[in-house]
Amino acid sequence: MFDLRDLYLQVIVDHNKAPRNFGVLKKYNRDADGYNPLCGDKLHVYVHVNDDHIIEDISFEGEGCAISVASASLMTEALKGKPISEFPDSFERFQHMVTSDINEDPDEEKLGKLAVLAGVREFPSRIKCAVLCWHTLKSAVEDSHEIAKTE
Amino acid sequence: MFDVKKIRADFPILSQEIYGKPLVYLDNAATTQKPQCVIDAVSHYYEHDNANVHRGVHALSERATADYEAARKIIAGFFNARSEREVIFTRGTTEAINLIASSWGGANIKAGDEVLITHMEHHSNIVPWQMLCNHVGATLKVAPINDAGELIMDAFDSLLSERTRLVGVVHMSNALGTINPIESIIEKAHAVGAKVLIDGAQAAAHLAVDVQTLDCDFYVTSAHKMYGPTGIGVLIGKESILETMPPYQGGGDMIRMVTFEKTEYNDLPYKFEAGTPHIAGAIGFGKAIEYIQNIGFAAIGRREKELLRYATNKAEVFNGLRQIGTARDKACVLSFVMDSVHPHDLGTIVDRDGVAIRAGHHCAMPVMQFFNVPATARASFSIYNTEGEVDALFAALKKAQDIFA
Ligand SMILES: Cc1ncc(COP(=O)(O)O)c(C=O)c1O
Repeated sequence: MFDLRDLYLQVIVDHNKAPRNFGVLKKYNRDADGYNPLCGDKLHVYVHVNDDHIIEDISFEGEGCAISVASASLMTEALKGKPISEFPDSFERFQHMVTSDINEDPDEEKLGKLAVLAGVREFPSRIKCAVLCWHTLKSAVEDSHEIAKTE
Repeated sequence: MFDVKKIRADFPILSQEIYGKPLVYLDNAATTQKPQCVIDAVSHYYEHDNANVHRGVHALSERATADYEAARKIIAGFFNARSEREVIFTRGTTEAINLIASSWGGANIKAGDEVLITHMEHHSNIVPWQMLCNHVGATLKVAPINDAGELIMDAFDSLLSERTRLVGVVHMSNALGTINPIESIIEKAHAVGAKVLIDGAQAAAHLAVDVQTLDCDFYVTSAHKMYGPTGIGVLIGKESILETMPPYQGGGDMIRMVTFEKTEYNDLPYKFEAGTPHIAGAIGFGKAIEYIQNIGFAAIGRREKELLRYATNKAEVFNGLRQIGTARDKACVLSFVMDSVHPHDLGTIVDRDGVAIRAGHHCAMPVMQFFNVPATARASFSIYNTEGEVDALFAALKKAQDIFA
């Protein structure tokens, strides 16, 4: 049986306890709010995309469960320094991982550390927690001013 | 004598395992489980008596109508309504409140008037009043609560005035467990000429309610929180008030005579029951009430107090746990947050030990805002819960703490 430890892996617990890239960026040109009404998770994502279209800096702040905080922390780590043009693919890859069949192994080569979140598939009510930050970043990148929701 | 074993045996769902552990169902404030007699009453209706009510001359329709109306009579007796005309079936508490806001509120609340509610209301007793007030230009006033989650009565008194048309108060809070002093609230509201709506969604399965002694104008509740089916509830209103109210929805059953020029409305309670009702639900509701009556509120109250005390004692000595809602007068609800674990993670973790609790804002976001927490974890108890189950909850909480240690 799927064990709780597979959801709350040490990496996730660590990122929750000490989230990376937490706080407001001094300099940013995109940002957005995300809100999960079911559990009250609230995120704000800040991004600085430089003239070469590289995500030069990215951060988040807010409050939420371990899954949503760890996911945001891991996301910022994964995307910092990457070209913004790669974001749609990264978004799709992550979205696919957390909604795919449980027997499908995550593509660890492409996903890197993000693969630790594959465990949420076993916990349908928690998938929203894992994708909240991604939806929030998506609305920041697309510069829409709507609050991102994970419906 | 209160025999928990015997009571548990009445609820077939309780004997199952979740992830290989015995189910510990502690989400009773969301909905209670159903005893076999209620399940049987619902299936008996579909197997033997199914027909539409109030409109057939055939045997099945007469049986269905008789059973539907018998349920109304049981409910009238349970709440001590003056007559069955005061018992209106609705989809639940939410629809009952919307009915009152729309029908009574629409006719009686005008620009400049005030509606007074409390800070601990469920969204279903906030939003309909907000909508009405916005629509007619009335003002929604909110009576504050203290750190224990109790209504501050001095503040309530000073918010009450001759401008107050309606006072809407939850009898027992689903987020905090607080039991409000509705007797004195009703008396004070009536003294300034306001009507009173009591949201009994949580209370009706735990406390005896006598609408005549209380003298409340409207009492509303949902069957599914009282061991009955979902999709059915009730509005108990004073006949003298219901008589003056315009219909809520139009359609079949609520009419006496229809021409294209004009419609003559049916008598109470049918005036407010447009369309084919949830017949099986009403019959199951009646059966659920008989189930409660057979145990009796004296025994229920004693047992539930005992269990809450047991759980509260454990909560008080549990490191890193903070209770949300510590009213002197409370029932059946243990709402809390933990230092190191978010409520949502707690919910997932204890579920793997078979323990079902609720994590979230409990449809009472203003309560969360007051206590400055995004959400709480909530264990809510019922007549079939045991001390052993409370122990299982706390063992699971410990496990959650260890994961995040
Ligand atoms: C205090 C209170 N009021 C109202 C409601 C709404 O009840 P329902 O969803 O059955 O209409 C609930 C149920 O969650 C409740 O606990």
